[in-house]
Amino acid sequence: MIEVRNIKKAFGGKTVIEDVSAVMKTGQCNLIIGASGSGKTVLMKCIVGLFEPDSGEILYNGKSFTAMKHEERTEVRKEIGMLFQGGALFDSLTVEQNVMFPLNMFTKWNQKQKSDRVNEVLARVNLVDTNKKFPAELSGGMKKRVGIARAIVMNPKYLFCDEPNSGLDPQTSLVIDKLIREITTEYNITTVVNTHDMNSVMEIGDYILYLYQGKKEWEGNNKEIIFTKNKLLNDFIFASDFLHDAKEMRMLEERGKVPPGLDLEGQNPQ
Amino acid sequence: MNFFHYIGQYLLMVKGMFSRPENSKMYWKEFMRQCSDIGIGSLGIVTIISVFIGAVSTIQTAYQLVSPLIPRSTIAQIVRDTVILEFAPTLVCIVLAGVVGSKIASELGNMRVSEQIDALEIMGINSKAYLIRPKIVAALVVIPLLVVIAMVLGIRGGRYAGGMANIISDYAYDKGLLQNFVPYNVIFALIKSYVFAFIIASISAYFGYFVKGGALEIGKASTKAVVISCILILFGDYVLSALLL
Repeated sequence: MIEVRNIKKAFGGKTVIEDVSAVMKTGQCNLIIGASGSGKTVLMKCIVGLFEPDSGEILYNGKSFTAMKHEERTEVRKEIGMLFQGGALFDSLTVEQNVMFPLNMFTKWNQKQKSDRVNEVLARVNLVDTNKKFPAELSGGMKKRVGIARAIVMNPKYLFCDEPNSGLDPQTSLVIDKLIREITTEYNITTVVNTHDMNSVMEIGDYILYLYQGKKEWEGNNKEIIFTKNKLLNDFIFASDFLHDAKEMRMLEERGKVPPGLDLEGQNPQ
Repeated sequence: MNFFHYIGQYLLMVKGMFSRPENSKMYWKEFMRQCSDIGIGSLGIVTIISVFIGAVSTIQTAYQLVSPLIPRSTIAQIVRDTVILEFAPTLVCIVLAGVVGSKIASELGNMRVSEQIDALEIMGINSKAYLIRPKIVAALVVIPLLVVIAMVLGIRGGRYAGGMANIISDYAYDKGLLQNFVPYNVIFALIKSYVFAFIIASISAYFGYFVKGGALEIGKASTKAVVISCILILFGDYVLSALLL
């Protein structure tokens, strides 16, 4: 479990994250959503320690990450896997070498053990016959899957995905979402996903944190978000008329199923 | 104030490189890769430059020594000392600042922009130690070797040019090479090459490692790395000459 407590972060006097708190539970997909420039990536980078928050606290399984020394942080980081927006694969290494890199660095396994593990995780992300290819030879979706494979090869406790669907077609996005969901459940890890892809929100949003101009505007899950009365969130999610109409239809549908006396719109905490 | 900020950031980068390797074998592999990149990758240009510098030095020295009282073997002495003291360490290092420095800056800059450095940090790897230290150590090992090669080739180039242009016979040239030879000159050249190697690798790594932005900024960082390295090499050349000669 990851706890974020009152995080603040500013760059050159401009506040990017303001007093954000959240609890991200193990075994579920925790989504940080918001428009471009709302501070999603900065918040994620604060959580993983790539940025130092100006104030506030981040706890990994109850231990304060912000108060840890460099060496202690390094140990926590070994339990973190991260998928970057562009994959962040090492250009000079093949797919196999990329995925094997953390094993080479941190384990004393022999070559066969490492190869077996690499093949296992590559098969897990549905990549076959790509071991000898270089990142430049892969499609966007394949790069993301290699990124996921590299992130999970060390059996992490925490998986961070920064905009895993950016630049991907809707079908491939669904495949990636499904993969993230399966891996989260299968390995029982805490997954944190940065996204503004509404499909992802609906598909895997066990916990959703909506940021607006660096502040926490709303939190809930993918069932509650449909019925939210929060105007800013509504404007963000249902930006197009098509999605707005889809929401209306879904609400009508849901109303038919709801027991009398329960106000669906009242479910939202805000 | 910016100047002190950059100096501080540079010093912190150098300090940050010194940590225990997560896996010595991986660091060794990276070091060997860098040695190959810097050494083999620059050997061609160093060879060409050295031979021609030696050749040109011979011809120009002969052109200026018009007095019949000065023996021809003096040409070889002048070429030898010029190549050893100045051309091989300084000129070769200025060229290497362009070849190696821009490569280091653009490689690290690209890794920074494409979040590969962040990926290393997330894995729990000290990216400064893993990416910068092997480059600097490799430069410290390989660049002095390249300078020694440049010395030999420069002097040989002068011999060929002297023979081909009928300026000086091979015998007179070889004789001149042995006259008044000061071994300290070679030590001085090696000291310069170590200092210049550190400047080339660390300055380029600094500009690459801390790049912000995209492709345009990577290009700017490479250019800055080369320009600043060249200026520091020339400044260092002056200081070392004033102190050690």
